Amino acid sequence: MKKYDVVTTISYPKKGAMGKTGNWRVFRPILDKKKCVKCLRCWIYCPEATIIRNKDDSVDIDYVYCKGCGICANVCKVKAITLEREGKKK
Amino acid sequence: MAIKDLPVEECYIPGCAACPGCPATMALRVVYKALGRNTVKIIPACCTAVIESLHPHTSFDIPTMNIAFEAAAAGASGVEAGFRMQGKTDITVVAWAGDGGTYDIGIQALSGALERNTNFIYICYNNEIYSNTGIQRSGATPYGAWTTTTVTGKTEFRKEMGEIIQAHHIPYAAQTCIAYPEDLFKKLQKAKSIHGPKYVEIMAPCPPGWRFPMEKTVEMGTMAVETGAWALYEVENDKVTFNGRSKLILEGKIERKPIEDWIKYQGRFRHLFKPKKDIKRIKAIEDHIDQMWERYRKCYQ
Repeated sequence: MKKYDVVTTISYPKKGAMGKTGNWRVFRPILDKKKCVKCLRCWIYCPEATIIRNKDDSVDIDYVYCKGCGICANVCKVKAITLEREGKKK
Repeated sequence: MAIKDLPVEECYIPGCAACPGCPATMALRVVYKALGRNTVKIIPACCTAVIESLHPHTSFDIPTMNIAFEAAAAGASGVEAGFRMQGKTDITVVAWAGDGGTYDIGIQALSGALERNTNFIYICYNNEIYSNTGIQRSGATPYGAWTTTTVTGKTEFRKEMGEIIQAHHIPYAAQTCIAYPEDLFKKLQKAKSIHGPKYVEIMAPCPPGWRFPMEKTVEMGTMAVETGAWALYEVENDKVTFNGRSKLILEGKIERKPIEDWIKYQGRFRHLFKPKKDIKRIKAIEDHIDQMWERYRKCYQ
């Protein structure tokens, strides 16, 4: 990373600037890849950019930083994403 | 344009300090996709000043300058003038402020920058409250809404920033909503291609401020447009075009939904429904929106 020589305070970009925000989560989004129709609605609406868009437009969820807001499950037209309580015993 | 056509590149890095379900980061991602990496952003005091996280690190992969509350547009003017003097004319300068920094505190700097014909984009993400400092009323708060400073509901109507901006007769001004990312993307790309001052306002329903569950952010945005509380339009050299659902409402092809459908899901309007339904105040909100659309029809058809 390029560091700048300036007198004022400068912050540099870093993944997880506020730590691993995934531990804020109460409900965990679970993606059913068989149901997914690759419409990418979850990807564009995710406020946290934790839905990763692959080359073939399929998606994955980054659980390290997902805050569990549930927007992805709510905007999914085919209900491919469901929410499950974190730490639930199977 | 479909969602698939939006660029994959991300200038926003996960792990920031935003609340879960934040509309500001949702909008920021699309803004960054539309404007590209060759952008400098100026943010005054607003939620985004917190979202970018604490000192040695930041969540934004784009040069960002923090500045005082009232000075977003003035700061952007300075940055733009600096780049112009250095001959760097390909850089997009963006001021990104909340509704407090636009409607109330930043309005004179904004008006000045628009009048000076500064070549920049001013983006206001409007969540209708000062949510960063703990939900106080702002000039954008609608009539009847609860905030910590209007505990029984606001008694005044919100001001029409869109019309104040139009009075400056700038080359491009638009209103959009986070629930329509394609619309937002298109409007920002258009703004980027035009020389001169540009103004884009984004409706951003705030879960903790409006008191609704965090997964409903997109739904609240869609409902705001469908009920007519918010209009999607763009103004190019004083020519107004309505987009999407707002166009259908304006032309009378579809009825706008009753405002009750939208406000009953928001805790900030709860005192209008419990313990007794306050029909008088709900009707006042409805009438205000009717008047707004009447005015739109008269001016723009």
